[in-house]
Amino acid sequence: MGQIKYQLPPEEILAPGHFACPGCGGTLTMRYMLKALGRKVIVVIPACCWSVIDGPVPYSAAGVPVFHTAFETAASTASGVKAGLEAQGDHETTVVAFAGDGGTFDIGFQALSGAAERNEDFIYICYDNEAYMNTGIQRSSATPFGAWTTTTPAESPKAEKKKNIVEVLAAHRIPYLATASVAYPDDMIAKIQRAKDISGFRFIHVFSPCPPGWKFEPEDSIKISRMAIESRVFPLLEVFDGVDYRLSRQPAGTPVRDYIRMQGRFRHLREDQIEEIQKYVDEDWERLSVRLASTKGAEHLKKAAPQKEKESSRTKRAATKVRSRQK
Amino acid sequence: MINRMSKSNGNGGLLHPSVDRVLVIEGTHAASYAVKLARVQVIAAYPITPQTSVVEKLSEIVSGGELQAKFIKVESEHSAMACCIGSSISGARAFTATSSQGLALMHELLHWAAGSRLPIVMVNVNRAMAPPWSIYVDHNDSLSQRDTGWLQFYAESNQEVMDTVLQAYKIAETVSLPVMINLDAFVLSHTSEPVAIPKQEVVDEFLPARKALFKVDTADPKAFGALIGPDAYMEMRYKLFQAMEDARAVIRDVDLEFSAKFGRSYGGLVEEYFTEDAEVVLLTSATAVSTARIAVDELRSMGFPVGLMKLRAFRPFPVDEIRALAQRVKKIGVMDRNISFGATGIIYQETKAVLYNAPVRPSLFGFIAGLGGRDITPETIKEIFSYLLNHDEPERETIWISLKSDSAGQEEPPIPEGPGGRMKSEGV
Repeated sequence: MGQIKYQLPPEEILAPGHFACPGCGGTLTMRYMLKALGRKVIVVIPACCWSVIDGPVPYSAAGVPVFHTAFETAASTASGVKAGLEAQGDHETTVVAFAGDGGTFDIGFQALSGAAERNEDFIYICYDNEAYMNTGIQRSSATPFGAWTTTTPAESPKAEKKKNIVEVLAAHRIPYLATASVAYPDDMIAKIQRAKDISGFRFIHVFSPCPPGWKFEPEDSIKISRMAIESRVFPLLEVFDGVDYRLSRQPAGTPVRDYIRMQGRFRHLREDQIEEIQKYVDEDWERLSVRLASTKGAEHLKKAAPQKEKESSRTKRAATKVRSRQK
Repeated sequence: MINRMSKSNGNGGLLHPSVDRVLVIEGTHAASYAVKLARVQVIAAYPITPQTSVVEKLSEIVSGGELQAKFIKVESEHSAMACCIGSSISGARAFTATSSQGLALMHELLHWAAGSRLPIVMVNVNRAMAPPWSIYVDHNDSLSQRDTGWLQFYAESNQEVMDTVLQAYKIAETVSLPVMINLDAFVLSHTSEPVAIPKQEVVDEFLPARKALFKVDTADPKAFGALIGPDAYMEMRYKLFQAMEDARAVIRDVDLEFSAKFGRSYGGLVEEYFTEDAEVVLLTSATAVSTARIAVDELRSMGFPVGLMKLRAFRPFPVDEIRALAQRVKKIGVMDRNISFGATGIIYQETKAVLYNAPVRPSLFGFIAGLGGRDITPETIKEIFSYLLNHDEPERETIWISLKSDSAGQEEPPIPEGPGGRMKSEGV
């Protein structure tokens, strides 16, 4: 995969010396977000890993203004920041709520839904590491079926499926919604920049592997992210106005087992349980395929959509490689 | 409600040259007009009885273009305060209004607002906490927020609601702390009184646009509220403590400045009524003060040496004023429209606490009255004065007034004899 060349904005706004663990998906997300948006950005961070990663007083790694806020208030505080800027005549600065899955799927869900319904004019980025990692790996509603966490021990792993936050947000009919992955920074940056050019509530759901939480080696973060996409566990897509679904990359449909077996959090799973997960993934993919097929798509939005042909062929190549290395 | 202009107010306030017009309006609308005059830039609110008319009037004002503000109609009080915090840290002047359960839901963010040193102003309509459901006045909702770092004022009249909102922004933006203005549910919130609406240009002189001392600014990126170790947290808390201490002088100065501009004064943290030569003084707050003025007038006319101290600011607590009063009087009765279970009325506790280290400590009595909207009438106040005049010391730590059942096991207070005649419980 080393031969893939990305054209990314060269400026590094995120400073070195932050407090992230090696291989942190959430920190790559912050890095790419800042590359995408530049310095005219205010970031609102609720309780999450990034409450720590940005650095203790008097340090801050983000390089842009950061307001740390209460766990459940990313969307509401960001609404206020944007309103305050607008009231003072600043229509240029982009406001970003940057929250983990717990602050988004669970405790911050009400404020998120409220801000989405009001179509507040900011970008909400959820870096989803599928559990409460900052507090020591407790299950959230973003934790997938079958996963070990400290509150879903291997003897009784999580019995419920992951909450489908994309469908939830799509149901709010927000102008722009996308999923992104640290494995494809060009795609992520393109989506965040697209989001910047759209007004209203924009939501980016980022798949953010967590080596200590998922129990894998830090150097495998990108590989795991790629496998999540290729196995259809985490499809890369965009949804315009909550109804117009666009697939960003055609996944190869690799076995979910390959993705599962790379992570210690799934080590306890039997083959039949993995088959069950494969079934869930296939069913979700079917449902998504129906949505994709039925989407008409407005002409003006088509122009903004990513170049599927080129990207999907590249994805296939990468996926083939991943698969061959797993065998 | 019974309202009289206090001695220090006079009624010249209505005729002062600063007055644009006099409207007969509810307490909630007095708050709304004050928000307009303060040129608030962001309003975020969630409806709760009896606060709703504050935000309904503000919706009219904003949608009519009378106030250039962003009005975020949020999905909860928790989000309302979070929006205020966000807009305030961006440099804007922010406002919200709530009541009771809504205030309780905000609790975590009240700490966040004060800890972030943001000059947010909030109107809270005092309403009893459920269960059982009640929409009527008592003060347990706001007094439960005692330790959040918010300044707290209690208003006696609709004019005072308006004037205190205007004063509050000036105080808040001077000391970098949020301010809560409390008004009694229905007794004030939904009772119409004449209110002098000041001219916008006079308010603008008194309260210029906010100049944020710090804010999220892309030209000068900083992080706010980040993790801090034991080596610095305590100093930040000391600074907050000190800001609240400094607020005492700021409250007094702002009241004087307000008086010079608008012709109305509220005495700063407290207002005293016939305390100069009083032997027995009642300390209370909010609309009960107006009622107590009636009772004091009557008892004075009968020759009883009674007086009244109105607690206008609860945070910061008027330590100096109460200690000074204690030097002059024999007995102080505190009437609390709240109860701290396992202890006593909250203002009674606080009063006791400031007197412990005072050089002179008069007898102190704690009365509980008016919970959940139970009327506090002149008779209620006279019952309390009767008890005070007839007892050298309280018989119990907490004396409940006007309880219907005999469960309290309290004796009927004796009717006092005074130089002007016999005081009866059924009027004079």
